[in-house]
Amino acid sequence: MKHTIAILLENKPGALTRVTSMFARRGYNIDSLAVGPTERHDVSRITLRVDCEMHSLEQIEKQIHKLVNVLRVTELVPGESLERELALLKVSASPSARAELIALGEVFNARIADLGPDSIVFELTGSPEEVDSFEELVRPHGLQELVRTGRIGLTRATRSPRGRTSQHALV
Amino acid sequence: MKMNGADAVLRSLEAEGVEVMFGLPGGAILPLYDAIARGTTVRHVLARHEQGAGHMAEGYARASGRVGVAVATSGPGATNLVTPIADAWMDSTPLVCITGQVRSFLIGTDAFQECDITGITIPIVKHSWLVQDVEELPHVIKAAFHVASTGRCGPVLVDIPRDVQEAELDFSYPSEVSLPGWKPPRRGNARQIVAAAKAVAAAERPILYVGGGVLNAHATDELLTLAEAARLPVVTTLMAKSAFPESHDLHMGWPGMHGPKWSNWALNKADVVIAVGARFDDRVTGKLSAFAPGATVVHLDIDAAEISKIRHADVPVVGPLKPVLAELAKTVAAEVVPGRTDAWLRQIAEWREQFPLRYSSEGPMLKPQRVLESLQELTAGRDDVVWTTGVGQHQMWAMQYISCDRPRTFISSGGLGTMGYGIPAAIGAKAARPDATVICVDGDGCFQMTSQELATAALEDLPIVVVIVNNGYLGMVRQWQDMFFEERFSQIKLTHALPDYAALARAYGALGFTAETPEELEEALAEAVASGRTCVVDARVDPREHCFPMIPAGAAAVDVVEYEDSEVPVA
Repeated sequence: MKHTIAILLENKPGALTRVTSMFARRGYNIDSLAVGPTERHDVSRITLRVDCEMHSLEQIEKQIHKLVNVLRVTELVPGESLERELALLKVSASPSARAELIALGEVFNARIADLGPDSIVFELTGSPEEVDSFEELVRPHGLQELVRTGRIGLTRATRSPRGRTSQHALV
Repeated sequence: MKMNGADAVLRSLEAEGVEVMFGLPGGAILPLYDAIARGTTVRHVLARHEQGAGHMAEGYARASGRVGVAVATSGPGATNLVTPIADAWMDSTPLVCITGQVRSFLIGTDAFQECDITGITIPIVKHSWLVQDVEELPHVIKAAFHVASTGRCGPVLVDIPRDVQEAELDFSYPSEVSLPGWKPPRRGNARQIVAAAKAVAAAERPILYVGGGVLNAHATDELLTLAEAARLPVVTTLMAKSAFPESHDLHMGWPGMHGPKWSNWALNKADVVIAVGARFDDRVTGKLSAFAPGATVVHLDIDAAEISKIRHADVPVVGPLKPVLAELAKTVAAEVVPGRTDAWLRQIAEWREQFPLRYSSEGPMLKPQRVLESLQELTAGRDDVVWTTGVGQHQMWAMQYISCDRPRTFISSGGLGTMGYGIPAAIGAKAARPDATVICVDGDGCFQMTSQELATAALEDLPIVVVIVNNGYLGMVRQWQDMFFEERFSQIKLTHALPDYAALARAYGALGFTAETPEELEEALAEAVASGRTCVVDARVDPREHCFPMIPAGAAAVDVVEYEDSEVPVA
């Protein structure tokens, strides 16, 4: 089963490597990873997607929590959190196909980031599932290049701000 | 006070109360060694190889209960420390490694003796620092000692570029560390301790399965109190040997691959297993699905990540073992029904009678087990002997035949299984316990991996007795090839006589003895132990002797292969 984990860590050299190395060392494969600044200049946030069993997830959370640079580990539980992803898609667009592509883009609220004689670059922000759907729909037109940021996530405003903190705090 | 970074390192070590560091100088660490020449209260022991320095620091840490310090230069000096760091990681030994690094502006240019040691060691350190600003140095050293010795102990690394060692700072040693992400548990959950006490008190066949964490936690007194309060039998793993007095009637031996049958039966037929600072290593459990089937597991550990990592814990207690064990002992004492474990203890005693350690003394050659028995007889009753070992058959025989009553008197490489650990670890232990007789039980294969450190022992006045259980082979490999690879012996023959170990010892300024009979052995051991000098006793033993009992890898722990079950082929 896939899980999304949010990790707050000190913004120090090598901190990201320590987290990713831990996954490699313990034999867990990372599906996607996004890292960036937070509301505090000395703290970074990693949103990470991993495919594993619940028992392994608890292990991962505890192992990550032991890293000296890591401040907090939280699982973002579906339904209690928001997840978004940004994608840039360069799609072949002959003059005859343009109108259809632009209409497709409007349905998904995809912005046209650039327009060339033979192609369009779409910029799409949405849930990872929306990005999947849009990708599928434009693919038959000729998907020349695609880049996705990997998901980022936060707990919902209507839920407790911390989400489900890791088990280690409880035992 | 104004000083340079190198002096600041020494003032920091002094402020941490460091007595001794083990190291070897080189280009990128020259400013630190210059500072050592200018003066410090910290003794420096000059090793012959950085691996030796690292294992010495480990031996020191394990014998003293304090943090070990190893120093090396950049590049090859640092990579030579990798094995001791990995060893300390696996066995949770508190270690601070200080390495020189090339000058800051050269980092990333493939400069002479440059190597990304912080990168290389990421998977095997608790934390590491590449110091980029001399002002950070005192804070980093403070943090390094704090991280190494709090929570679950382990190794840390501080990498200091040469220009940082030479840069000037206004030194003051911080009184506190600022590590917002490092919060090891400070107490156990009271309700969990009560739940644990209930499980223990309700048990009919309880057993304490004790790991090295008890020694790291300085909790051996509390363990003894708990065991006696509820009359709980105790098995100690290789890492925990000496954590519980082995002459005590509640000590039931050592579980695992080469543990006695009665120890493994006691652990595997228990109804409540109380794991204390132990991690259900595969060498202890054997086939996991058949390990202590049906038993309720109470798991006490400072590391939350060990809980249910291998075996599900029914009652986990995460916290420092000293207060947790003390609290548990108190609670259990109030709940326990006297005499409840008597029948169980009698049952284990019966197994003990039924399945003693056995070997045959037949044949013209000295038996390896006899070497360990002689050492035990020679030192029985003494409380000033510290043992170290290499890794292999001799190590397992040492576990079986040597009896330790005092904490921190048996020091061996467990998790990593590092051949060559014994000699340098013995030197480190001697630095920690100058009053003690330190005896390294070694194999001939292990000896040849770190024997250069005999020079360190001789010249640094850290005398140790090395007893080589010399069977002329990589004995444990031989045993596996014999038992599991249809006797196809492959690349294991070292020979008994090359090198001439006694002559080699003399070349290093040590005393050398060769023994081929029980009489020669006893004479040599007595003289070596009494000499007060560094000695090597080459005990030439029968290579056909296997280490039994043995749980074949992947087999159930109750299915121990014993001496008499096996057919020992004549090679």
